[in-house]
Amino acid sequence: MSLPRYPGYDVLHKRNGPSWNEPTRRAVDARLALPREPRFFDARQWALLNALCARILPQPADRPPVPLAAMVDAKVFERQGDGYRDTRLPHLQDAWTRGLAALDAEAEARHQQPFVALSAGQQDALLTAMQQGMLHHPAWGGMPPALFFSERMVHDITGAYYQHPTAWNEIGFGGPAGPRGYVRLDSDRRDPWEAAEARPGREDEAREANRRVR
Amino acid sequence: MDALETPRGRHGRAPDVLRPGAWLPMREYPQNEPVDFVIVGTGAGGAPLACKLARAGFSVVAFDAGAWWRPLEDFASDEAHQAKLYWLDERLCDGDNPLKLGSNNSGKAVGGSTVHFSMVSLRFRPEWFKSRSLLGYGVDWPLDWREMWRYYREMEQALKISGPVTYPWGPKRPRYPYRQHEVNGAGLALARACDALGVDWSPTPLATLSAPRGDAPPCVYRGFCVSGCSTNAKQSALTTWIPWAVRAGAEIRDLAMVGRVETGGDGLASGVHYFREGRWQFQRARHVVVAGYAIETPRLLLNSASARHPDGLANRSGLLGRNLMVQTNNAVWGHLEEEVRWYKGPPSLALCEHWNYEDRGKDFFGGYCFMSQGPLPAAWVATQTGNHGLWGQALVDEMRHYNHQVGLKIVGETLPQERNRVTLADEHDQYGLPVARVTWSMGDNDRRLVAHALDFMGRGLDAIGARDIWSEAENTCHLGGTARMGFDADSSVVDADCRSWDVRNLWVCDGSVFPTVGGVNPSLTIQAIACRTADRIVALAARGDL
Repeated sequence: MSLPRYPGYDVLHKRNGPSWNEPTRRAVDARLALPREPRFFDARQWALLNALCARILPQPADRPPVPLAAMVDAKVFERQGDGYRDTRLPHLQDAWTRGLAALDAEAEARHQQPFVALSAGQQDALLTAMQQGMLHHPAWGGMPPALFFSERMVHDITGAYYQHPTAWNEIGFGGPAGPRGYVRLDSDRRDPWEAAEARPGREDEAREANRRVR
Repeated sequence: MDALETPRGRHGRAPDVLRPGAWLPMREYPQNEPVDFVIVGTGAGGAPLACKLARAGFSVVAFDAGAWWRPLEDFASDEAHQAKLYWLDERLCDGDNPLKLGSNNSGKAVGGSTVHFSMVSLRFRPEWFKSRSLLGYGVDWPLDWREMWRYYREMEQALKISGPVTYPWGPKRPRYPYRQHEVNGAGLALARACDALGVDWSPTPLATLSAPRGDAPPCVYRGFCVSGCSTNAKQSALTTWIPWAVRAGAEIRDLAMVGRVETGGDGLASGVHYFREGRWQFQRARHVVVAGYAIETPRLLLNSASARHPDGLANRSGLLGRNLMVQTNNAVWGHLEEEVRWYKGPPSLALCEHWNYEDRGKDFFGGYCFMSQGPLPAAWVATQTGNHGLWGQALVDEMRHYNHQVGLKIVGETLPQERNRVTLADEHDQYGLPVARVTWSMGDNDRRLVAHALDFMGRGLDAIGARDIWSEAENTCHLGGTARMGFDADSSVVDADCRSWDVRNLWVCDGSVFPTVGGVNPSLTIQAIACRTADRIVALAARGDL
């Protein structure tokens, strides 16, 4: 199956319609207005975090990127915890600080360069080793690399991406839906305010339908 | 976010959550005179109990650590924003299978977790109340199933549960009060899978309206149910029991964290210390009911230790905090050719309880149901990165199948084990209270149940032509146990009336009293037990036994 596409669909076109209420507009507006400058991470950590985001959640070049590093920085700065913590992980801020330092230490040990200077292939190899628990530099300080990878790093970066309207457009999600909701619940039954998926060779029809989404 | 800063339930009024900007008059009770009942927690256990006790004429003050939200004005259609409904204070998790809490199963709001629950309202199988005697595992409950089924009926009527005319499993039950909801594409995929496997399926009985009810409209299928319902179609404690309790004369104190139950020289509970409006305060009470669910309830009672109760209140048996159970929440996922758009409607509109009622063909004790799924993007990506281990372009590509995705997910029984428990950690929270340490390890029986379920559901998805099928091997949801009810003081924490064996004016009323958890979502059972407890309190009071 080829990947579904929703040409011209923009969930923000519904912003002033009956699928968004005032609290929703406030919440999404605040997200879109997020400062792009880091408040928690220092310059070196910030560069490393941006490099990580590019590997964990690669974005196409033909549209403005979702500011993933800034969203992660906001979460860490504001100490937005998840309500639970595996005892092998330190607190949110400590975990990120230690994890980034350890990743750079691994890059230096392997390639005598910081992570940001590595090729994409080298970066991915290091991240794969991390996911598989194959890293053992003392800089991890007892924090299991695989746990940091899944529960903190990937969790925080990808969680940020899929709360952004750009990601909702990409996957054809209807987005905010209150108070209007939906009417057609069965499969292959699209409400007029939902994303239209492009059929092979009939991309223009989808684009036209998506232009009418309000 | 004002509701998180300043209490709304004060100055003799409470928010009328069903009408924008409106207020209800609310009674207020002085702190220095004992009220009949203090209730700690306003979720599925505390809220119905507060309502029923107030209606019976008792003076009641109920506390909740969370905010008193007005859904019509405060709730966004946004997963991240609505994290304000979850219990996000730190908890430490260890054991062989450290649990994930927060959004998964823990609420911090007036109405508790019912504000963000998925509304699935199921009855226990009758035999589960005697699982040791009749099915050979776990422990028996000190409750009779016929009595419980009368309370289930009362709950279904009170909450106007929408459901089918006939339900395929178990003893005959009456028609649900509100008609079933239309089943969405994700639910119809479950139906086709069950047809292929030769088992029954049913529209799920749900606590969301399928027709108007007073000021509350029917469900509009917006699909953000587990992020909180912004239209009030959801029949949560926030929109039902709480306003009913206020009208009946109960006082609800929001943003009020109870840190300790005080006991007097006679060993009895004398009231609670709570933090509200920037200071610790004390409310005197003749009876204290703890209704904080399976983590906060033992945490509070353990933290209420005194010279006379050195191991915590109600812990003479040593069982307080032990036998923590979860329900397994494993799934199989795949893509269909058709556009399913599973984000429309409540997340679980169809279910199969076959393996709760069929005992043949199993190599494990206990049961499970499985339901259709509709996770929103942030929840879905957490599944893809966690259990599926995806990242990079592979993740981005997989996520683009979102509108074609289907899944079948279980609510599976786990067996009680004493090693699984809640204790107090060395770390402290923002109130200066020791945080909970939650220890859970899966047992062999639990693993066999999950393996059976994944195999069965995987065959179902395969039979309906799903592609790229994969199994989510690790996940858990609802909690239970830690203050189990039982037949005697040596083997349980509370009696059948949820009354502590040790401290006779101390009660526990939430899912922590469950001796076993069964294979269905617990909220309807918690509410049924709360209403039974209220009736028992009235009966005990009438004969002078309180």
